[in-house]
Amino acid sequence: MSQSYNRGLIEDFGRWKEFSAGMWAWIFHKFTGWMLIGYLFTHIAVLSSALTGPEAYTNTIQGLESLFIIRVLEVGLLAVAVFHILNGLRLLMVDLGIGLDTQDKSFYASLVLTAIITVASVPTFMDGVTI
Amino acid sequence: MSTQQQKPNTQETPEDPEMKGAESPQQERLKEKESDMVDETSVDESELEGDTVLIKVFRYDPEVADKQEPRFDDFHVPFKKGMTVLDAVMYARDTYDSSLTFRHSCRQAVCGSDAFFVNGKQRLGCKTQISELEHPVRIEPLPHQEVVKDLVVDMDHFYDQMHTVEPYFQNEDTPDASDLEEQRQTRENREKVKMSTRCIWCGACMSSCNIAAGDNEYLGPAAINKAYRFAMDNREGEEIKEHRLRILEQEHGVWRCQTQFSCTEVCPKDIPLTEHIQELKREAVKKNLKFW
Repeated sequence: MSQSYNRGLIEDFGRWKEFSAGMWAWIFHKFTGWMLIGYLFTHIAVLSSALTGPEAYTNTIQGLESLFIIRVLEVGLLAVAVFHILNGLRLLMVDLGIGLDTQDKSFYASLVLTAIITVASVPTFMDGVTI
Repeated sequence: MSTQQQKPNTQETPEDPEMKGAESPQQERLKEKESDMVDETSVDESELEGDTVLIKVFRYDPEVADKQEPRFDDFHVPFKKGMTVLDAVMYARDTYDSSLTFRHSCRQAVCGSDAFFVNGKQRLGCKTQISELEHPVRIEPLPHQEVVKDLVVDMDHFYDQMHTVEPYFQNEDTPDASDLEEQRQTRENREKVKMSTRCIWCGACMSSCNIAAGDNEYLGPAAINKAYRFAMDNREGEEIKEHRLRILEQEHGVWRCQTQFSCTEVCPKDIPLTEHIQELKREAVKKNLKFW
């Protein structure tokens, strides 16, 4: 029998340059999914400041929203959520057996749509904040 | 070397039998063969003049001291129109290093022996044209399988998974109409399973699958496709279909597939593997859904 040895980049994500559309869709879907779970916990943390009273909650929200980095992160959150939704629809179609031949195109379409929606959202998210 | 190259010659023969005089077709072929051989030796002598391709071939052999450390060997192979990756490694083996080891048999994408990892993708050596690849051509054994020697990988696990799904027709009953001796299939049903019957057990899909790489118990695309071929065959009874679905719907069956489409992408026989897996998922759900 043969010996085991480490073939390095062949076996792992080091060969990312050779990934095809379906693989990228899978990676992005996993990534965005974990980001959304992470956001959920920070979301709960912010909301639970209301437990100590209405002022505490208002102060927390206003304090966070006055930060430039938070606005940038919100744009990122939107991008992540939109991609996850669109690719989720794509996966739903795949599960139903619809359009499996064009699965790569629907992945590119969800990427483009995500980009458009994200760019369009920038003025709204960046309204009234200074760096 | 390749059959594609000689095709034009054989097509010419019937066109002008008179012109060639008394020579019989066999003599002509012999002459062609001779001239071919002369061509080849002249290529050898003028070594590396004209078009050559550089192939980088993975070398590893646990039993040879200086090959225990995996490495890539470079071979310059004279390029011929119609040359495949398999032709190139065969040339390298026959001309430069007879210890270069790889599986091959039919050379026409039927036996499924020569799946390699060529330029970062699982491909059949005999079905991949050198001219379609970026140079230098990097040839490695299939990923996620143990390498036995050079390009030869251990296929035992792959075959185990294939046998798990009972890849054979199971219907003892002869047709009820006793005047038939064969079990007939409708044309529609044949069309449905047609693509899935094309599997040649090369293991390219299994090797490309990210999930199979991380989960050794996962049946893998090839085995599930094999199960599809029989589960969707109408000639098998309902009972045996349920039995097949029971195998497939287990934890490491169809539900491991996360639709990365890697297998469909690399399949040299263009089997829509992901589509088949998805359909079996739906079958498995349908079997268990009860609305009453």
